[in-house]
Amino acid sequence: MSNFTGIRGRVWFKALTGQEKSMPGDLSSVLATDVSIGDENARFLCVVPDPDSRFPCARHGEVGLEQAYTLAARIREVIAADRSGKKRPIIAIVDVKSQAYGRREEIAGIHLAAAEAADAYATARFAGHPLITLIVGQAISGGFLTHGYQANRLLAFADDDVLIHAMHKEPAARITRRTVAQLEELAKSVTPLSYNIRDYAKLGLLYRLLPVSNLEAPSPEEISLVRNAIVEAIADTRKGPTDLRNRFESADAQIARKATRLIRARLAEQWNQ
Amino acid sequence: MSSAISSREYLQRRSFIELDARTRAKSLFDSRTDRELAGPFDRIESPWLPLQGVTPQADDGCIVMRGTIGGRQAVVIAFDGAFQGGGIGEVSGAKLTSALDLACRDSQEGKPTSAVLLLETGGVRLQEANLGLAAVAEIISSIIALRQYAPVISVIAGPIGCFGGMSLAAGVSSYIVMTPEGRLGLNGPEVIEEESGVEEFDASDRSLIWSIYGGQQRYNQGLVDVLVDDDANQMIETVRDLIAQGIPEVHRSQQVDLYRSRITALDTSTQWDPAVVLWSAASLARPTGRDQRPTDDKKEHHQ
Repeated sequence: MSNFTGIRGRVWFKALTGQEKSMPGDLSSVLATDVSIGDENARFLCVVPDPDSRFPCARHGEVGLEQAYTLAARIREVIAADRSGKKRPIIAIVDVKSQAYGRREEIAGIHLAAAEAADAYATARFAGHPLITLIVGQAISGGFLTHGYQANRLLAFADDDVLIHAMHKEPAARITRRTVAQLEELAKSVTPLSYNIRDYAKLGLLYRLLPVSNLEAPSPEEISLVRNAIVEAIADTRKGPTDLRNRFESADAQIARKATRLIRARLAEQWNQ
Repeated sequence: MSSAISSREYLQRRSFIELDARTRAKSLFDSRTDRELAGPFDRIESPWLPLQGVTPQADDGCIVMRGTIGGRQAVVIAFDGAFQGGGIGEVSGAKLTSALDLACRDSQEGKPTSAVLLLETGGVRLQEANLGLAAVAEIISSIIALRQYAPVISVIAGPIGCFGGMSLAAGVSSYIVMTPEGRLGLNGPEVIEEESGVEEFDASDRSLIWSIYGGQQRYNQGLVDVLVDDDANQMIETVRDLIAQGIPEVHRSQQVDLYRSRITALDTSTQWDPAVVLWSAASLARPTGRDQRPTDDKKEHHQ
């Protein structure tokens, strides 16, 4: 499955924008363009694999140093350009297998590169840019924190090959001293452990789970369904606050994130006592 | 700052790292102004650990205290590295986010409240996987919201260090303070060895690890604002000074061009010698002709 990481990102970037290229001077692994969606222009961003990346640990769809800084620059460019005008939506298309795991990356401070991208995304959101993330494949760990997880609204495809998680199954099992079978069994009752996108949806973090199954060759109907969902998410975002409170105020979160809500209530209550 | 000290001074100093998380947090406040919120007696524990046969802790390994530091309003959030490696779970993550949000609300209402994060964490607690990762995304967002109004200071003191998603939280902070015993990085050595092989990273090589992630190296690279010895008094003074200093003119993680240009200038054709201190003032003063040494000598950190 992970062999296909990045293919869907490119497919959906092309399906929604009609293009599949980087902006002038950018890496080939960061696709970016401005095209219209609904009745306005939006910036689309996507990280795709670059088998020739000069960073060997960032050749298979990982988000590495250069991808993170390119995202940060392309987002900050939008913030600056729209400073006094209407805030353009930013659409992040996500199919990233992880952050880049390399020695060079750590020496050069990949944590800061990732922070720069997350900062740019969050800053755009707080400035009023509707930030919508469309998860079309994998959205794993630091890769997702860097590219996509700061969005006002998260959309994902209801397909078994769509995966949002803190760590891939095998290493997660090893580190928690379990077998993969044990982890899978536990995940049936412990929702945040699950690798199934429908379980993830129960956590209340997603805005919509979309019925798309042709991930690598979408039908015109599917493309139009996704486009409409994005337009709807943009409109919904513009009506609400710019922070991430919808993630623990949603109907599903009121069930799945009871402890989060309890802590928030208790701290608020005791803050000025 | 980590200059040699006499053995007498060494014996007299009080270690910050050896204090437990609650005592560390308490030590930063002006005397008798500290108050713990959602503490162990509130008993809000992880709902997910017992389902997996793991014993929860009454404070979920996260201590929130408010009070004044140098006469200014502050909230300190301390992670207990002794519990689940300081990993971020639903409850500990929500404690941090909520404290940041309340500090932000007060700050917006004209009562600036700084936040100090005492980070001893390997990142997301894997037993709470997706809710831990979601919490980290929310933490990053809430730090960015608060730092417009009051400084957010990340302290990485002890040997657990700050890894995984929480390294991004440190990255977006107003200031980072480290001791030479602290470590900072996105991926820890074991993860890299596992994912990319032992040739890429030998996780048993202690000197390699410290020469990459250690506080001294991060300070030399300009990725950290203040390096302090493991001395409680120095730590208290440092935090007090940074709170008094207020919000930096520009935050490190907003400086895309500066840090991006450093990456662009690097030669990646061979594996790097971590002994080469990238971008340090010292290396700029003593060029050895290595290609990978950028020429940017701007003083980018806020000290």
